[in-house]
Amino acid sequence: MAETVGNLCRKMHGGEGFDTLTLDLFSRAPSPAPCSYSKPAKRPRVDGAVTMGKDEDRQNPFDFLSEEILFLILDSLESEPLSKKSFSLVCRSFYTAESCHRRELTPLRSGLLPAALARYPSVEKVDLSLCPTVTDTVLFSVGNCLRSSLRSIDLSRSKGFSHAGIESVVENCANLVEMNLSNATDLSDAAAAAIGRARNLERLWLARCKLVTDMGIGCIAVGCQKLKLLCLKWCLGISDLGVALVAVKCKQLRNLNLSFTLVTGAGLEVVLQLPYLEDLALVGCLCIDDGSLLSLKQECKSLQVLNLSNSQPINHAGLSSLLNITVGLRQLNMAYCCMVTHSLTSSFRKLAKLQSVKLDGCEVTTAGLKTIANACVSLTELSLRKCSGVTDDGLSSIVMKNKGLTNLDITCCGNITDLSLANITSSCTSLITLQMESCTLVSKEGFRLIGQHCHLLEHLDLTDNELDDEGLKALSGCHKLSILKIGICFKISDEGLIHIAKNCPKLRELDLYRSAGIKDAGIRAIAHGCPQLQITNLAYCTWITDASLRALSKCSDLNTLEIRGCPQVSSAGVVAIAVGCPKLTKLDIKKCYYVNDGAMLILARFSRNLHQINLSYCSITNVGLLALASVGCLQNMTILHLKGLTPNGLAAALLACGGLTKVKLNSSFKPLIPRPLLEHVEERGCVFQWIDKPFQVELESSEIWTKQLEEMRA
Amino acid sequence: MDLKLRKPPESSSLSSSSRNLKPDMPFVQFDSASLDHGVPRDQSFSEVFPQFVNQSRGVYVPETVTKNDLVIDWNPRLMLINLSFLEQKIHQVQDVVRSIISQEGHAFDRGNELAVQQQLVTADLTYIIIQLISTAGTLLPNIKNALLSTDPAVDRPDSGMGMNTNLSSGGGQKLNEILPQEVAKSCEYDELIKDFNACVGEGGELIKGLNHAGDELSESMPIDDHDVKDYDDVMDGENLPPGSYEVLQLEKEEILAPHTHFCMICGKGFKRDANLRMHMRGHGDEYKTPAALAKPSKEASSVPSIIRRYSCPFVGCKRNKEHKKFQPLKTILCVKNHYKRSHCDKSYTCSRCKTKKFSVIADLKTHEKHCGRDKWNCSCGTTFSRKDKLFGHVALFQGHTPTIPIDDAKVSGTPDTAQSSEATNGMVGNVGFNFSGNSPNDGQSLDIKSAAYSQGYFSPMNFDACNFSGLDEFPRSVYEVSESPFSFLSTGSCSFMQRNGEN
Repeated sequence: MAETVGNLCRKMHGGEGFDTLTLDLFSRAPSPAPCSYSKPAKRPRVDGAVTMGKDEDRQNPFDFLSEEILFLILDSLESEPLSKKSFSLVCRSFYTAESCHRRELTPLRSGLLPAALARYPSVEKVDLSLCPTVTDTVLFSVGNCLRSSLRSIDLSRSKGFSHAGIESVVENCANLVEMNLSNATDLSDAAAAAIGRARNLERLWLARCKLVTDMGIGCIAVGCQKLKLLCLKWCLGISDLGVALVAVKCKQLRNLNLSFTLVTGAGLEVVLQLPYLEDLALVGCLCIDDGSLLSLKQECKSLQVLNLSNSQPINHAGLSSLLNITVGLRQLNMAYCCMVTHSLTSSFRKLAKLQSVKLDGCEVTTAGLKTIANACVSLTELSLRKCSGVTDDGLSSIVMKNKGLTNLDITCCGNITDLSLANITSSCTSLITLQMESCTLVSKEGFRLIGQHCHLLEHLDLTDNELDDEGLKALSGCHKLSILKIGICFKISDEGLIHIAKNCPKLRELDLYRSAGIKDAGIRAIAHGCPQLQITNLAYCTWITDASLRALSKCSDLNTLEIRGCPQVSSAGVVAIAVGCPKLTKLDIKKCYYVNDGAMLILARFSRNLHQINLSYCSITNVGLLALASVGCLQNMTILHLKGLTPNGLAAALLACGGLTKVKLNSSFKPLIPRPLLEHVEERGCVFQWIDKPFQVELESSEIWTKQLEEMRA
Repeated sequence: MDLKLRKPPESSSLSSSSRNLKPDMPFVQFDSASLDHGVPRDQSFSEVFPQFVNQSRGVYVPETVTKNDLVIDWNPRLMLINLSFLEQKIHQVQDVVRSIISQEGHAFDRGNELAVQQQLVTADLTYIIIQLISTAGTLLPNIKNALLSTDPAVDRPDSGMGMNTNLSSGGGQKLNEILPQEVAKSCEYDELIKDFNACVGEGGELIKGLNHAGDELSESMPIDDHDVKDYDDVMDGENLPPGSYEVLQLEKEEILAPHTHFCMICGKGFKRDANLRMHMRGHGDEYKTPAALAKPSKEASSVPSIIRRYSCPFVGCKRNKEHKKFQPLKTILCVKNHYKRSHCDKSYTCSRCKTKKFSVIADLKTHEKHCGRDKWNCSCGTTFSRKDKLFGHVALFQGHTPTIPIDDAKVSGTPDTAQSSEATNGMVGNVGFNFSGNSPNDGQSLDIKSAAYSQGYFSPMNFDACNFSGLDEFPRSVYEVSESPFSFLSTGSCSFMQRNGEN
């Protein structure tokens, strides 16, 4: 998109008419509404190219573009932050336009926020989730600068603020609609009372606010009566009383999360009387038991999504009773709940609208699955991930009844054979997601059927399957594939991968973890055939060399690269990636022994968006690490067993890298780094993880690893 | 005062009462237990009828041992059943009395018949009273109270049982034999039954006699409303007529002494006699005999005929005997508590609210149990002792909000870490806000701390890159000149920042 601006400039200098250009822009921007925030127009409106004729020589031609047009351009740049920045640097008017146009702010450092807020006055959403520390001062400035334009604030990953900060935001920003205060474990009822003054609040997350009690939630319930979404996950201070008051006062609630709270059946009964409740999460509510569910009588027709996973005390009797009153249910999650038997699933009959069932980790019986098959015919999503007891018979019965199935997860259902695959592929031709990791009994015939029938497939997980090149060739029939996970498939080689590369141009994610047969040729083909590749994992593909990385560097969208344990990779390869992939955010080069400081210097210069890096066992010294520390976005570093690293170098790097949130270090460094320095870095929001692993140079070869895997299974 | 002397002549009431007992065997289950516990050995009783007590004890002692656990399972349902049964009974008696009243005008000649009816009524009333006592005994600690609670029954005498019953004159002994075994389990129960048989046999005289400790035997008259109420009042307000009891006045020092029982040998003091006895064991084998360890029996020591009341030594106090409306105190414990509460400093302060003070430590403990918990406040100013009540109130009224106590607000999230890190960022001066939630002291100490930090290690650090979309949008050019302390590194985030600032 950067070129768009360039083109724009060129066209204007070349005296080309605006008409074609503006039309072009209109066609790209679907719903522009710039007038609402246009400033008093200093510049004359563009009435065609006529007005600019005379002033062209002494005035900047860009000044004649009206704000509307600039906003339209910016609208079309919405998904391209880099181009937007380029745009703002074109000239003063573009800069102003960009400032007025921006609606969302995601700063890396809260300290810079006051300055940034002065520049962006019409920001509606402030996302502070990248700032580990947000002080009250920052919140004061947010409240004072944005006033009523602020609609949403996210403080879910931040610490360091108190109820005073929240109070100022709430008092100043009358239009606040959305607030995320999750993980604010030290916020008490006083903060909750402050939130209660935000009359227009509609969405509120308070996950893990353990100090908030019924009193606090009571204030919120009374104050924020427009609430539509409320998340009280892990709020252990809140009991039935608070929940009941919420249910009484906030009649607009659509979405309520009570996971891991101490709410009991009494509280649930009141909640189920909410007139518009659609989505209810009761994950791990250990205080809700069968007895209390049995007494539920009043129907809750509005409920569509119910999550009951990890609710051990509930048994099929209680579940049946609950399902009997929630007849409008569309999605049901009963992961890790109780045994799925005939008697349980027979209560599904009443749920005529049921579309999604998740039974992850449950013990299922064939009879139970067959009952589901008889009860539900309109399922689109089914997850039997890690279920024990899934048989061909049971699974087939479901897939044959539910031909509209789009998402199927049968991860670790080890008893599944080609028979199931035949039924799945023949009846569910609209399958979009198929996850079948570790279904080792499925043979090449199964993969052939997938490739033959499931043309709409976009997400396929075949990790740890008996997949070979022939299978891959068959799978290349799924042209829409965008996520392909074929890790731990030892039999595949370049030959199969080339078929994928040729036929699946939309591939965005490719996982080849420990698929050791892959060599440079395969990766080269992928890089060439799948230019949209964003995430790729080549860990322990020991044949991979710099040539692969050079090829991958052509995929400019690449943001995650894992080449752990590829000993043939050197600095040159990493440099190629750094230069070619500016969006790189995650990089794992553990045990790439030949990657040295040179690579780091280049990485620091070009990969300015790097968030996470693993450097263990590389040949990197103080210099390389210090260079890397200048990457402003860097949050997560793993630095183990770097031979050339000294305590001083490490200390300097830690200091220099202001945005760190998590660092894994060898515990031998702990006594060598000055205590106040560590405290300072921790105070900035960084968590240290001291690892005490022995230095282990040799790579486990594929064979040894495989052997261990086999032993583990046996 | 031998009871046997007072017993009325033999009658058929024994059979009636024993039969009456049968329908409600459930009583029996807790009767004995409750009486055993709910009715402490009342001084007046033992004082009045020492022989009696001795007697019964001799007979029933073994059984009393096992009764402790029974009290635990007091059953309210059972009580309700009992009460409704008694109600029926009372109605029946009422009917009989009405019939007596209707006959009154023209039945002077039938004096004999009337006497029979009266006896019948008294027999039934006896039964009712006994049942009421045993029922009430499950709840009330004092037998006197239990006795009081019977008066409605006595109020409304009547017939209903249609028995030819003449009042039992067989005396307590006989009754004991005839009554169901379970009922007669505890010695106290025996006493009661005997007393009541005796009372009834005396035509009500004895009730008075009992309570007034025999001092004030009024003339013989049938039980009627007035009489019983009178008796009631006496007990209730402790309106013992002056002179009917002995008044003791302890000295102030005596009242406030921490110990009341002292070892004769070493002089050590104890609060409880039992502790002293345990202590005495250490002084030699002669104190280890069962006799020495046994609780000294009251009847042996105390003079039976005199009720003892206490006076407060504080002159001018209503509880002082000089006061013209003197109201005596019942027990030594009452004296102690009264004196401490009314005439001593309140030296125990509640550790929670820091305002409430008490002079009796038990009062403090009672208060502390509730202190702080009953502060459930609504924005409308109403306070509640229970959270659920507050929430019910808030749910009911539009616009009412639970109010968070101020101390809570102070405790919550102090922005200390924030402040110091801020200082290191050089941001503090930028924005002139006060941390209103913080006490000034906190702020100062933190400032000092953070200042030390910034001078020592960190002041030159300013590596922050300006970035507002979660991405760093500009790759740094290799040739860019950087002025940061780490200028040998490729980046120049500081200079970039400045450029932004210019705009």
